[in-house]
Amino acid sequence: MPAVRAPWYHSRVSDSSCVPSVAVPIPATASAAVPTATLSARHSALVRVTHWITTLCFFALLVSGIEIVISHPRFYWGETGNDLTPTLFKLPIPASRNLVPSGYGYVLPDQNGWSRYLHFQSAWLLVFTGLLYVAFSLLNGHFRKNLMPDGADVSWRAFSKSIASHLRLERPGAAEALSYNVLQRLSYLFVIFVLFPFVIWTGLAMSPAFVSAVPAAVNILGGQQSARTLHFFVSLALVLFLLVHVGMVWFAGFKSRMRAMITGRAATSKEGA
Amino acid sequence: MSEPSKLEPSPRDSSPRNLSRRKLITTGLAATAGIAGLSVAARLAQRYGLIPPDHGGFYGFGETLTYASQRLLTRHSLAREFSRSQISQPPFPNEMPPLNDAFKSLQAGGFADWRLSVSGMVAKPASFSLTQLKSYPSRSQITMVQCEEGWSYIGEWIGVPLSQILQTVEVHPQARYVVYFSIDPDWWESIDMADALHPQTFLTYGMNGGELPVGNGGPLRLRVPRQLGYKSVKFITHLTVTDSLKGFGKGLGSAAPEGGYAWYAGI
Repeated sequence: MPAVRAPWYHSRVSDSSCVPSVAVPIPATASAAVPTATLSARHSALVRVTHWITTLCFFALLVSGIEIVISHPRFYWGETGNDLTPTLFKLPIPASRNLVPSGYGYVLPDQNGWSRYLHFQSAWLLVFTGLLYVAFSLLNGHFRKNLMPDGADVSWRAFSKSIASHLRLERPGAAEALSYNVLQRLSYLFVIFVLFPFVIWTGLAMSPAFVSAVPAAVNILGGQQSARTLHFFVSLALVLFLLVHVGMVWFAGFKSRMRAMITGRAATSKEGA
Repeated sequence: MSEPSKLEPSPRDSSPRNLSRRKLITTGLAATAGIAGLSVAARLAQRYGLIPPDHGGFYGFGETLTYASQRLLTRHSLAREFSRSQISQPPFPNEMPPLNDAFKSLQAGGFADWRLSVSGMVAKPASFSLTQLKSYPSRSQITMVQCEEGWSYIGEWIGVPLSQILQTVEVHPQARYVVYFSIDPDWWESIDMADALHPQTFLTYGMNGGELPVGNGGPLRLRVPRQLGYKSVKFITHLTVTDSLKGFGKGLGSAAPEGGYAWYAGI
């Protein structure tokens, strides 16, 4: 009986994202008329849910992180640093504590309490979300199928072609509504497997309790203040990624890309697909 | 009888109704398992002392996870110690609230009348002078003070391990926390027994080979080197051993959560 087997087969395919071959026609009433566009499976539920939880956590971490940093906007290298020691660099902003020599004649409101609670709570939620995403993506082949560059993409020619098309600010073609280009794949892999692990590591390296159990976590980085400085720079890199990411989504078509990440389906013209 | 090709999904099979029913059942099962797992975890955590006193409210989830995971990971681990050459020069004295009259009069007498009283769930409540505290074998550690603001410094801390004093007053076995008070009534904190009995938790009276300066908490400061600086309360005059933090202040464990900061500051 195909009715028993087929749903299993079908859901396996549609649960993993980026499957351009499985084009689902727009609901029956609409498909009665001659369709000019179809909605294709784009992002799996797992990708969409974890994407938006990550977005929420990232904003919470960013806002609370900024609040924490303004209580001491000075950065150091090595184990220790305070108002009496030379800095690596200073942020040219006023501080939220009155003893910090910020160069400003006023002190910002101190928001460290709730910021710290929120920072660590969001970090926990982000770590769980990230683990869920990585575990399922390894199991269902999301990384292999959708994020690892295609064999054809791993050549300097293909790579420089993609860079050139980005530099010429060419709008992505129809195929890119259903699949990532090579630069996109490499950026996402870098964020997932380099920046996020490093921001978590440098964060943990600032915890006096964590490093009492795992001293190598901070010693490798060159000290607690080095960990703090690196945490700042990795966060900056993540913010930069966010800006480019949102910029590219805007450029590629904000409505269609947002629809794909919310509903899971992307519209493609029949010819284009 | 030959069947039609099974590889071609029929339109019926891809109907959203089938999928949503499957997903509903899966989600329902996952949610039930999740809730059951959480309630078991909560019961175990309560039993093994993994719930911090400020576990309520919006941030209780993150706070509990941090405390529970670090308590499991760091029960016996030692804070990093540094070499003498890494001691910060000059030592950094942090901002201090204006010292009150009680402090000033003791300071005028060279702290000869400074007392540390110990009460609560102990067999022999006692009061120690600084001279008495110094009569115990003195220990030193070169550890880092890390402020929640972001700055830090390394110092040599000289004193008597808190565990020594707790042993002297004979703490009851059911004790779970040590609450400690500064001469400044705004400052009081508490730690669990894992930190109270930890070999690096000191009642410090000396720093960098000399007396503990007032700016760094002299004449007596409790050092908890595996937590942020605000747990190392300055000008300690009183300790109480307890099995519950409910009766202290608002019941959140210390002055820190009442001011919006986490009770557990191991980060």
